[in-house]
Amino acid sequence: MAAFTLSRRAALAAGAGLAAGLRPGLAPAQGAPIKVGELNSYSRMAAFSVPYRNAIQLAVDGINQAGGVMGGRPLEFVFRDDGSTPGDAVRVAEDLLTREGCAFLAGTFLSNVGLAVADFANQRKKLFLATEPLTDALTMGQGNRYTFRLRPSTYMQTRMVVEAARGKTAKRWAIVAPNYEYGQSAAANFKKLIGGTIPGAEIVAEQYPALGRVDAGATVGALAQARPDGIFNVLFGADLTAFVREGNTRGLFERRTVLSLLTGEPEYMIPLGDECPDGWIVTGYPWEQVEAPAHKAFVAAYRARFNDTPRKGSVLGYVTAQVVAALLNKAGTTETEALVDAFPGLRTDTIVGSVLMRGIDQQSTMGTWVGETVLRGRTGTMRNARYADGADFLFPEAEVRAARPGR
Amino acid sequence: MDLGFLLVQSLSGLASASSLFVIASGLTLVFGVTRIVNFAHGSFYMLGAYVAVTLVPWLFEFDRSPLLFFTGVIASALVVGGLGVLMELLLLRRLYKVPELFQLLATFGVVLMVQDAVLWIWGPVEISGPRAPGLRHGVEILGQRFPAYELLLIGVGPAVLGLLWLLMHRTRFGILIRAATRDREMVGALGVNQALLFTGTLFLGAFLAGLGGALQIPRVAVSSQMDLSIITEAFVVTVIGGMGSVPGAFLAAVLIGQLNAFGVLIFPKITLVLVFLLMAAVLVVKPWGLLGRPETAAGRAALPEGILATPRFGAWEKAIAGLAIAAMLAVPVLGDGYAVKVATEILIFALAAFSLNFLVGNGGIVSFGHAAYFGLGAYAAGLLVTKAGLPMEPALLAAPVAGAAFAALFGFFVVRLTGIYLAMLTLAFAQIAYAVCFQWVEVTGGDNGVVGVWPSDWARSRAVFHYLVAACCILGIWALRHVVYAPFGATLRAARDSEARANAIGIDARTHRWLAFTLAGGAAGLAGGLYAFSKGSIDPTLLAIPLSVDFLAMILLGGIQTVMGAVAGAAAFHAIKDFFMPLTDHWRFFLGASIIALVLVFPRGLGGAYGALRGRA
Repeated sequence: MAAFTLSRRAALAAGAGLAAGLRPGLAPAQGAPIKVGELNSYSRMAAFSVPYRNAIQLAVDGINQAGGVMGGRPLEFVFRDDGSTPGDAVRVAEDLLTREGCAFLAGTFLSNVGLAVADFANQRKKLFLATEPLTDALTMGQGNRYTFRLRPSTYMQTRMVVEAARGKTAKRWAIVAPNYEYGQSAAANFKKLIGGTIPGAEIVAEQYPALGRVDAGATVGALAQARPDGIFNVLFGADLTAFVREGNTRGLFERRTVLSLLTGEPEYMIPLGDECPDGWIVTGYPWEQVEAPAHKAFVAAYRARFNDTPRKGSVLGYVTAQVVAALLNKAGTTETEALVDAFPGLRTDTIVGSVLMRGIDQQSTMGTWVGETVLRGRTGTMRNARYADGADFLFPEAEVRAARPGR
Repeated sequence: MDLGFLLVQSLSGLASASSLFVIASGLTLVFGVTRIVNFAHGSFYMLGAYVAVTLVPWLFEFDRSPLLFFTGVIASALVVGGLGVLMELLLLRRLYKVPELFQLLATFGVVLMVQDAVLWIWGPVEISGPRAPGLRHGVEILGQRFPAYELLLIGVGPAVLGLLWLLMHRTRFGILIRAATRDREMVGALGVNQALLFTGTLFLGAFLAGLGGALQIPRVAVSSQMDLSIITEAFVVTVIGGMGSVPGAFLAAVLIGQLNAFGVLIFPKITLVLVFLLMAAVLVVKPWGLLGRPETAAGRAALPEGILATPRFGAWEKAIAGLAIAAMLAVPVLGDGYAVKVATEILIFALAAFSLNFLVGNGGIVSFGHAAYFGLGAYAAGLLVTKAGLPMEPALLAAPVAGAAFAALFGFFVVRLTGIYLAMLTLAFAQIAYAVCFQWVEVTGGDNGVVGVWPSDWARSRAVFHYLVAACCILGIWALRHVVYAPFGATLRAARDSEARANAIGIDARTHRWLAFTLAGGAAGLAGGLYAFSKGSIDPTLLAIPLSVDFLAMILLGGIQTVMGAVAGAAAFHAIKDFFMPLTDHWRFFLGASIIALVLVFPRGLGGAYGALRGRA
């Protein structure tokens, strides 16, 4: 297996060399590389994180062929598995900073891991760009000077689907969410926001199955019994498939409005296959429908190099590398305090459009796509999809000040 | 609530129960005959599902018929049964002469390897299997729609139960299984070919696990995390039913299925812990499960499985211990920051593992939930620092106190049991503690945990903190070792080897075991407190099953028959993990392979191997 990984890396390097040779006009980057320590759940969450790592490689090779960062130095990401526990992740972060000599840290998948690394970064006074963890706490109650987040948070994504439900008439709502922080805070955000979109909305049932072990039959039965008009779903992955199958057979989704987080992402659409429900309002990533030229070029390059379609992880990985390069170019140094001062207000042109790092909570305005699920052929995709710019869905500044006094 | 809903909800419960029973029946049979705590049973379940999602669509190329669907399911189960035979022949057969717990370590190695092998072969994306032809629709029952396939599943459980009954009562193989479950030594003494019997049982067990997995493919997405989500529940079912009892497993599965189906209506957030509460309640009232029997060997003086000899340190041992301590103290001088971090963790795990082996090796109390006391110590220290605003020093004192207090509370019930039932009760308490830390968001921060648990200023540098940890851990290990050699330790060994005889000479075995449990909990709590300060955060993974299993793996790698083996095991386990993790995404595979290699080369652990080298084993 190690041999497999190595030979693939060798193939990538060869491919990059070839690509560089085809573009003689650009001087490749030279000198000592700027290293970024990237830790993520490559072993446990490989469906998301391996496409993410692939896209970072793709972006970094492009950046280096175009002359690198900070006036000609090559950019390098050092990838490590974070072990999916805070204890392992903090040790790995130490390894990246002390042994690998990385300028700063990026990555992590699970929220508890992200928060632990964020606090570690605060303690060590090193910058940490949390790319994937969704927990609101990372930029709110437990935010710190050294931690920045790229992906739209739980609050932002919940707000996107709730606002997309404007004009619906469903008054009685049922919530089904995995029983951990992401599910709980998505449910709490939903309860807070739904009344603003649909006056008079009430919650009639809540189900919180344990993550990864949903008892789909019992859960679907309990939800149906409450006779809701609408369902807010936060389940994903294997839980989602089991829930959708059971719900389809039992007719749970018939004549009901369903709002669902993340379901439109290819990571979750592909396993659903032809069970993909119709007309759910979801956040996701309809990669084949995004028309921006930069994005189309990214899709073509990604498919050519990895012989696979891009996932949500891929787009996040590519944007991560673009934002990191822009940060290094703006700061002109790898010195932590200069980087931390340069990051707020940094605007990067990325494949999803312009992304700003907001200063007050250190949350980026990267958005995601909102649309309705639809089955085309044997796989699901999204229709009426539009890019929801994160800038329109950030926490109100007053709420940030309340959570982070002194901001 | 109308009648139709209640009926359909209880049918949902029966469908889950049926699936659970098929899996658990295999586990209970294997344990009954071989006494192996087979962690790999969940892996067989997962493999059954993966083989089926490959095989069934291939069969559908010929004809999309229900017959071919079920042919595919049975064929997948047979394939997995074959893998079970392979594991028995290649691995377990070599380990029947060493203490039974080492087989647990070997199966744990298999779990790690299978997890990564599955990712490698089938890829990380979950796979939805095909639905069963002709059973895709819902059936209208009293105005509620119920999946036809689940109606069929409800029938599968009793059918398997019936077939197993026939096998057990009408065939020679089955009669031998029952005999071996009652008294394995006697079956051997009567000249039955045990090797063949074990192979056959492993085949049957793996077949049933594979069948359980293959039957799930129309319902769930097949993923590489299926094994862990099922194995604890399967153990709970077998223990509630009584280990080795197939009808007991059926009864327990139905109970748990109904509990889950109606539990979600009343306590939608408690599904995490409901089954463990039930198990704890059953074991406190019925120590052998619902339909289990006391072990025949319980009255006999069994061959002890733990520390036998307690030799004093000779010149060699003194030199090795001195060198190890000197090396640990020299790390901040000679190594870089990362080496210090790893050395700090090894010291902490060494103390935790030593405290576990104090229970397992010296007391015969096999705890599957030792991480609970480690984690509760960490939580006590972490919460005192972050919520009460105390400095590190008093918080560190509170860690062992908290560990000991909860060990005393849980231990009061635990030490009334023996063997696998005791182990499962420790697991139940650990899961209850885990659920409280997970669920009580306002205080514990839920699964995000609490950050900001850093040492006081004077101990903030890695080197100083390392020396603090070294002082605490070396003193802790030295103190516990002293207890092993003291009369209290000898009394524990007496209670372990024969509780009846120990009681007869006036030893209150139960109280001694309780005190030992409390003491070990305190030591683990201290280790947990130190760990919290070394990481800067606390979260529920510190009390979770994987960490408990890691501790078990450490002491087994080190060898439970020697006093100091646990320390070597902790160092070896952590070093192997730290070596492979940066190298490859598939580090779990190599960790598992290393464990299996070490088990085969040193079947009594590193400590046992050293003892043999010095002519003392």
